[in-house]
Amino acid sequence: MSKTDTSPDTASEDLGAAGSQLSTAPKEEPANLPSLGVIGWVRWFWRQLTSMRVALILLFLLSLGAIPGSLVPQNSVDELKVEQFKMAHETLTPIYEKLQLFDVYSSVWFSAIYILLFISLIGCIVPRTWQFVGQLRGRPPGAPKRLNRLPAYTTWRTEADPEDVREAALGLLKSRRFRSHIEGDAVAAEKGYAREAGNLLFHIALIVMLVAFAVGVLFKSEGGKLVVEGDGGFANVLPQYDDFQSGPLFDNNNLERFSFQLDEFEDDYERSGPGTGTARTFKAHVTYSEGVDGPAKKKAIEVNSPLEVGDSTVYLIAHGYAPVVTVKDARGKVVFSGAVPLLPIDANITSTGAIKIPDGYRNKAGEKEQLGFNAFFVPTFAGHGKGDMLSQFPAPDFPVLALSAYHGSLGIDSGLPQNVYQLDTTKMKEFKGKDGKLLKQRLLPGETMQLSGGQGSITYEKELREWASFQIKQQPGNIYALAGAIAAVLGLVGSLFIQRRRVWVRAVRGEDGVTVVEMAGLGRSESAKVPEELGDLAAVLHAQAPAAPEPEAPEDPTESEAVPAEGAEK
Amino acid sequence: MNLAAATNENLASISNTLIYSSMAVYTLAFLAHIAEWVFGSRSKVGRTAAALTAPKAAAEAPKVQVREAGGTTVLERPKVVTRSAAGSRDVPDGPGAHGGTEQGDMYGRIAVSLTVLAALIQIGGVVTRALSVMRAPWGNMYEFSITFSAVAVTAYLVFLALGKNVRWMGLILVTTVLLDLGIATKWLYTASDQLVPALDSYWLWIHVSTAIFCGAVFYLGAVGTALYLFRDSYESKLAAGGKPGTFASSVLERLPSAASLDKFSYRINAAIFPLWTFTIIAGAIWAGDAWGRYWGWDPKEVWSFVTWVAYACYLHARATAGWKGRKAAYLALFAFGCFLWNYYGVNIFISGKHSYAGV
Ligand code: HEM
Repeated sequence: MSKTDTSPDTASEDLGAAGSQLSTAPKEEPANLPSLGVIGWVRWFWRQLTSMRVALILLFLLSLGAIPGSLVPQNSVDELKVEQFKMAHETLTPIYEKLQLFDVYSSVWFSAIYILLFISLIGCIVPRTWQFVGQLRGRPPGAPKRLNRLPAYTTWRTEADPEDVREAALGLLKSRRFRSHIEGDAVAAEKGYAREAGNLLFHIALIVMLVAFAVGVLFKSEGGKLVVEGDGGFANVLPQYDDFQSGPLFDNNNLERFSFQLDEFEDDYERSGPGTGTARTFKAHVTYSEGVDGPAKKKAIEVNSPLEVGDSTVYLIAHGYAPVVTVKDARGKVVFSGAVPLLPIDANITSTGAIKIPDGYRNKAGEKEQLGFNAFFVPTFAGHGKGDMLSQFPAPDFPVLALSAYHGSLGIDSGLPQNVYQLDTTKMKEFKGKDGKLLKQRLLPGETMQLSGGQGSITYEKELREWASFQIKQQPGNIYALAGAIAAVLGLVGSLFIQRRRVWVRAVRGEDGVTVVEMAGLGRSESAKVPEELGDLAAVLHAQAPAAPEPEAPEDPTESEAVPAEGAEK
Repeated sequence: MNLAAATNENLASISNTLIYSSMAVYTLAFLAHIAEWVFGSRSKVGRTAAALTAPKAAAEAPKVQVREAGGTTVLERPKVVTRSAAGSRDVPDGPGAHGGTEQGDMYGRIAVSLTVLAALIQIGGVVTRALSVMRAPWGNMYEFSITFSAVAVTAYLVFLALGKNVRWMGLILVTTVLLDLGIATKWLYTASDQLVPALDSYWLWIHVSTAIFCGAVFYLGAVGTALYLFRDSYESKLAAGGKPGTFASSVLERLPSAASLDKFSYRINAAIFPLWTFTIIAGAIWAGDAWGRYWGWDPKEVWSFVTWVAYACYLHARATAGWKGRKAAYLALFAFGCFLWNYYGVNIFISGKHSYAGV
């Protein structure tokens, strides 16, 4: 068996009170089963739960439990991936679903681990805090009988009076900010309480952080909005969101009042080198106003620099192109004119989407109909006959819009929610081209596609706008989480870098009338600092109570210690 | 291509040359360390198990001068006697790789000098790489790797310069640095380039630099922990009267005592843990700015959390009866394993928001 531990636990057994209470760590008790009925069991369970061993096991389980979430796709991170995984693994899926492996961090078992851990933490901290307060109120324990059995020890003989030596030692220790007092023939002193304070602060800060996270989840709201350059913009009220989620305790009236519009989206891409096409700048220049109609202010929202208004934060999430089109009906009347945001499908912003004209269009016969176009856009076209219709570069160097046209019913009146970027052609008829197939055309800026049979036209205007999508988020409690995190780091620093240690100085008159001074130090863990500090203290005290000339038989403390004291070997 | 871009490419290729040169010098340092171990094995110093029970030296006491009437006498300052806590093995540290031989020691010194040289060249490589892109050199795994080992070696050399007894890890460190640079140049190499916008933030300086620093120093701690496990079983075998194999005893007897190794690793892990905590917090703040949520259980975040909890486990274990010593050491190795996996495994095998341009 290895025995290299350097803890004072074992030492404290033969040191009695002197070695006790150097920390407030709960005592390990043997897990004897109780025989005292329900109350006995509850107490037994509570003691186990708040013991260091169980805290350790729970911590370990927490770290193991977090692992599957990084290996199995998570609903909270990427639902699409979860769907793909489910399709690819038919046998595993039901098992994983039972085990809640697609939602590890909100699963019953993961929650159970951290809730138990935090109950344990609270159950551990409260008594430890009381104990610590008691230690602060009390005084350092008196010197043990045999100081030479402590980890650091020194002694000398002096002509000074024992009382004077003790007074000098008391003054010295006090000036070094030890809490000290004289008890019997010795001075007892202790320093480094900040270690325990730091440790408690750290553990309390963990609780503060957890509560802050919980508040954040319960009260948060979060939604997305796509805004096109120069268009109406966004006001922070529920109906304006494209999608919206909120925590169980969120109240819609709590939405922060503000609005903004996108003036310009600035982007810039690497033109040469191995990273050609990677983005260098994304900036959404917005004008925003706080409150219902506050003064207009400007701000550039960037990936690392969100807009903050009160409790709300607006993040830049994505961007893309919104070609401007004009649609005319059979009589030449403009039925639609505006920018149509399209969704990027690759890094070079090849984009797809749909243009839907639900109202206002009449065909040649004068009947009301709905129009639909499938749109495909590339900002940089490879050139006719060169490869497929995929963009070569993200900036609009050679923009081309490809359209195919349908008429009939868009199916949006059915009441079912519809994807605005996809055309549902089940109730639509194709416009036919000259070849008798679906009417399709690639348009350069300014070009027009005629709908066959004089049914109207669609023009791809020269103006090209961009859109940006934003996430608007409101999450209270962040500031508390941050405060908790900072307190946790400070507490840790105090707890890990400060040594708690005790020093005793005993001065008694020996049989020959000469005073014998003994000094000893004890730390929580055996550290080189304790003997060093003791040496320093001894040197100062020695200057005030210099060593008396040695008697005939000099007593060398080093030699007397060469023989290991009983109990030193296991 | 404009002029500025051309100088940048020049700098980038100078950086590559420097990295390759440092590998050459590390190889020489590696050979010198091998020589140190080989010569050291011929020594008979401290070969006997008896040496293992020698008493611990008392802390050295400087002398104080006391002026007395009539003249100056030199008086001994009181000597402080140290004593291990009851129950711990009182074993002195081994003599080091050179085994007390002069030749071994000479080769060891040569190895350290070469390591200093190699580290300087490598740091030059990292700095020119940074200059070639005018940004912090931490945009992809190649850059992480070269910085990572540069920091680990620098930390080791700083310990040496402070007079700490760390030369025993020289051979292992130089070997792994060579391995790290080899992997970096062979598989992870990415031509120097600008950053994607999400990485372009001052939090990059704060979060990534502390993460690399933590990893590099945790690594030194992990080396100590692994050697502690070997040395500890060697010592307990001796204490139980067993006889370890000749190779084991030749190598292990020259290492510091298990208690010293354990203390070394504990100090490192305890000192770095708050910084690692800070690194994660800084990362969360950055994620809040960049992605709109400060914690989203992205694989990288999960593994940072796992690493953090594992180190917290280790620190707890040391305060828990029955979990000190070897069990705590296994936890420390597990924790470092999580760190490594987070660094290599997650970047390469798992895709998440932390996937960067070119790995
Ligand atoms: C959320 C879970 C927890 C985490 C992350 C955590 C983390 C830590 C860390 C990092 C330390 C090292 C600081 C030091 O050594 O001073 C520590 C120490 C300590 N923890 Fe925890 N802890 C947790 C829960 C608990 C619980 C439930 C208990 C009660 C049984 C507890 C009791 C202690 C004690 C007594 C120490 C001081 C050990 C010593 O004096 O060396 N902790 N904890």
